[in-house]
Amino acid sequence: MSGTLHGTPRIRIPAQARPGETIEVRVLMDHPMETGLPHGDGTVLPRDMIARLEVRRDGALLFAADLANGTAANPYHVFHVRMERSAEFTFTWTDERGRSARAVARVAVG
Amino acid sequence: MSEARRMGTRRRVLAGAVALVLLPGRGGAETPALAAAMREAVGDAIPVDGRIELWLPELVDNGAQVPLAVMVASPMTAEDHIVAIAVFATGNPTPQVARFELFPGLARAEIETRIRVAEDQEIVVLARDSGGKVWRASAAVKVVHGGCRG
Repeated sequence: MSGTLHGTPRIRIPAQARPGETIEVRVLMDHPMETGLPHGDGTVLPRDMIARLEVRRDGALLFAADLANGTAANPYHVFHVRMERSAEFTFTWTDERGRSARAVARVAVG
Repeated sequence: MSEARRMGTRRRVLAGAVALVLLPGRGGAETPALAAAMREAVGDAIPVDGRIELWLPELVDNGAQVPLAVMVASPMTAEDHIVAIAVFATGNPTPQVARFELFPGLARAEIETRIRVAEDQEIVVLARDSGGKVWRASAAVKVVHGGCRG
């Protein structure tokens, strides 16, 4: 099954960088990461989990995260990338039902 | 400064120290199922303490959103880099937190995230390098209101 994953990605990445500069990339996806385990009050909601985040630079994998129950709601990840030339970053989240969401960011180097 | 560094404490600094110690009782919280999950995440090599720094709070009020930063000493070159980092919350109903894949375009073998902590417990981080070695670090965390459902 596939389709659109309903969540709002928030990405903080600089628009510009100097050659050789290390940039920080912060990625947050609004998503409940509902495990299906009982809440404190005994409520049980259907399982709804993002399974994987993939980050590619000009198509090449740079960072990936396989997410399990211990990842908090609104999955948040920070990592650092060395920039030598301008590039396009793609961020793809896929949930356990195969639905996905995608975001794109460009970083100009010069 | 990262959120985890701001809020947390540097819990383990063993960079460069190659101390292969597998004392009886160490990892006592590691059930056979957890040990199998760890092997699946990073391979069969016996984990060695070192190269990893963990930052997380010693005491958290809300276990549902606990900042965690992992820093592994690595040049992140094509020849010598960290390929995977796996995080386990050994005291959660399901201990798997996340498994990260890293590639040499990353400047550092560092990742920051937020995890669920159900009760007082030990957080274990394993990192596999491109030579197949597995590095390990752990830190205890206490929680006032557990992040259930983890």
